[in-house]
Amino acid sequence: MFSYYLQLGLRSLRRNPVLTGLMVMAIGFGVAASMTTYSVFRATSRDPIPQKSSQLFNTQLDNWGPDKLEKGEPPQALSYKDATALLRAHKAKRQTITYPIGVSVIPDNAGRLPIREGAYATGADFFPMFDVPFLQGTGWTLEDDEKHASVVVIAKSLNDKLFDGGQSVGKQLNLDGHLYRITGVIEDWAPQPLFFDVPNTGGFDEGAKVYVPFNRAVDLKLPNAGNNSCVAEPGEGWDNYLRSECIWLSLWSELPTKAEADSYRQYIEGYAADQQRAGRFSWAPNIKVRDVMTWLDVQHVVPKESQVSLIVSLGFLVICLVNTIGLLLAKFMRRAPEIGVRRALGASRKDIYAQFLIEAGTIGVAGGVLGLILTGVGILGVGLVFPEPVARLATLDPVLIMLTLVVAIVASLIAAFYPTWRAAQVQPAWQLKSN
Amino acid sequence: MQIKPILSALRRHKSGTILIALQIALTLAIVCNALFIVHERVDKVNRTTGLDETNLIAVSNDYVGAPEDFTPLMKTDLQTLRSLPGVVDAYVTNSYPLRQGGWSTGVQTDPDSKAKGQSTALYFGDEHALKTLGVRLIAGRNFNAGETVTVGRQQQPGTAQVIVTKALADKVFPDGNALGKVIYLAKGKPSTIIGIVEKLTTPWIQNDFVEGDYVTIMPVMFNSSFQQFLVRTQPGQEDAVFKAIPPALYATNRMRVLPDKVGIRKFEEVRRRAYDADRGMAILMSVVCGVLLAITAAGIVGLSSFWVGQRRKQIGVRRALGARRSDILSYFMTENFLIALVGVIVGVILAVGLSQWMFTHFEMKRLSLTYVAIGVVALLALGQAAVFAPALRASRVSPVEATRSV
Repeated sequence: MFSYYLQLGLRSLRRNPVLTGLMVMAIGFGVAASMTTYSVFRATSRDPIPQKSSQLFNTQLDNWGPDKLEKGEPPQALSYKDATALLRAHKAKRQTITYPIGVSVIPDNAGRLPIREGAYATGADFFPMFDVPFLQGTGWTLEDDEKHASVVVIAKSLNDKLFDGGQSVGKQLNLDGHLYRITGVIEDWAPQPLFFDVPNTGGFDEGAKVYVPFNRAVDLKLPNAGNNSCVAEPGEGWDNYLRSECIWLSLWSELPTKAEADSYRQYIEGYAADQQRAGRFSWAPNIKVRDVMTWLDVQHVVPKESQVSLIVSLGFLVICLVNTIGLLLAKFMRRAPEIGVRRALGASRKDIYAQFLIEAGTIGVAGGVLGLILTGVGILGVGLVFPEPVARLATLDPVLIMLTLVVAIVASLIAAFYPTWRAAQVQPAWQLKSN
Repeated sequence: MQIKPILSALRRHKSGTILIALQIALTLAIVCNALFIVHERVDKVNRTTGLDETNLIAVSNDYVGAPEDFTPLMKTDLQTLRSLPGVVDAYVTNSYPLRQGGWSTGVQTDPDSKAKGQSTALYFGDEHALKTLGVRLIAGRNFNAGETVTVGRQQQPGTAQVIVTKALADKVFPDGNALGKVIYLAKGKPSTIIGIVEKLTTPWIQNDFVEGDYVTIMPVMFNSSFQQFLVRTQPGQEDAVFKAIPPALYATNRMRVLPDKVGIRKFEEVRRRAYDADRGMAILMSVVCGVLLAITAAGIVGLSSFWVGQRRKQIGVRRALGARRSDILSYFMTENFLIALVGVIVGVILAVGLSQWMFTHFEMKRLSLTYVAIGVVALLALGQAAVFAPALRASRVSPVEATRSV
């Protein structure tokens, strides 16, 4: 029966090519618009580290006072004073401070020009905490952190550039005239959104190629290449800067259980209360310890453009569906006499449903194929609308291809439901009489 | 007009009528809001910076190695750039309009004030800045050669002289007597306003801290490895200078990085990149509007054709009873108008509701009613245009149809 209905459906569709074309186009455009914008939305709202996102926490703490804050939200980053104090207290399984630095790699070969690379100053825990994938060697050790060792981890693409992709662990790297010993080479690793540095990247960035120990970077007075916000003049020189209330550091902690997270939160609260008692803060503790997804949400990482265009395209899909309902209704009801004859000859309502839903389904499949092609075009065009680091994330993967086809077919079946119901209600007697 | 019979006929085609009305309503809601977004973005993209943007080149430079003092390097580079053939002038700064990154601070007239003060963007420069940027000084004077001071990386700069934009001057001194007055930047040292420029925008195209063209220029050389050079070329020399800059700079000092994408850019490229997202959004929304209107029109054509087909006999009877072709035409046109009218009424409510929702969720501006009005007229017109062909076909039904069976 299925193949017979399919044939009937195809024949009927061929009979009104314009009407059929309109429906296929409506479904195709509607689905393509929604899927293209959804691909961006999916990319920007995804969990960058699903296996651990509920165990990784960012710490915020108000060191400025309530009248300097917007909507009571503590500053996005920490001062050196607070970040290092909280790190020293060591109240989490793993903890690391990060800040972006700008370093230039000076090649050994004097004939080559220096290369500027994105870099972070961070701690040894950074690599195991964030499950950074290593190709060679390992990260440096906590002992290296304590010794203020001059060690470095580099990414694959830099290793390719400098060492032609060969073994480079143990070799020296010259950054701005200082020598570092390479302890490991990682993949070109940049989880998106780049959750551990949202304040400086907005969440989307290529990621760094160089990682150096935080303590060493501070010793070398490597300036922060990211945001720096001060509420008061920090005074001249690096030491005054470290003593100031300027905020520029991110502190991340790994807290595997809820109990650990709760006690960590209490500890931070207690720390802020201590600062208040000591007279440094003249306000009640205002702290936030947020896991990855909450942090991304509060920082509004999903671009406004992405959400607005998703909403507009979903509206667009709904309109296309309403349109398809109307056209299908017109098409099906025009065949009321035919339905009447079939019903009079003994076809049950179920048969009518089957026949017309299959016909609508073929429109859905055709619309889906068109939608898929248009989604492909749309994703190529995403670069026109979204900034490059975001646009790069929108890809036509198998999941999206399946989803596009499923949405198209489901949408066309939903659109077909009412017209089919109407078709099934056709009274055989009426139709036969008028003939 | 024969509105009553039309209404009673529509009652017999409830579902089709509701579908068309619903489609018109939804289309209106989306199209109004999308067009409004387009308009907002186009306005934004067309904003002027106050600069003479032609023949202007921006160089982003990073010195390699870690000398204590970068100012001698900068001075040498400035000399190199200024002496290139085809260059009119050049200066070094921390930021410039549309760069999307820079400094902001608060302006106060009372150093002991507790308040945050009016926000302003900070641009560093020297006596060459105004000429290079091509901004117009409307009051006071330019910086003198000896006034430039060197400021370290972790310092909040405060200089004895500043030049401000007219917008900032008027904001802080509403009486219009800003010239010669003293202001305090980030509660730093006192700064006297020695000049006022007509217009100069902030580095950001959207920024919560600095809205409007509130800009302060300070005679500062910023002692940091990371610098922006701006170079003004003679007309027609832009390409030649653009090509000559990297070899000239590398010849002066190899220990530097001119980053791949943003190292050396003509200002038109700076502008293009800054507004990429907005231009894209405007294009996307325009395309969506176009396709939506086309689909809605196609839907109306499809359903109206169906109705005409269904009512051929009825039309034939009317014709046989003496109805003119124009009567039949106007019947269908009026029918569509009535349906569309209901659609746009519902649509206006939906459009305003959607805009209100986006306003609260995405801090977008509220939809202006002009757009709703334009949308209403456009959709009524679209409905009439779409129904015209089917209606015309209906009017051509001959009275003989009355005698035929379906």
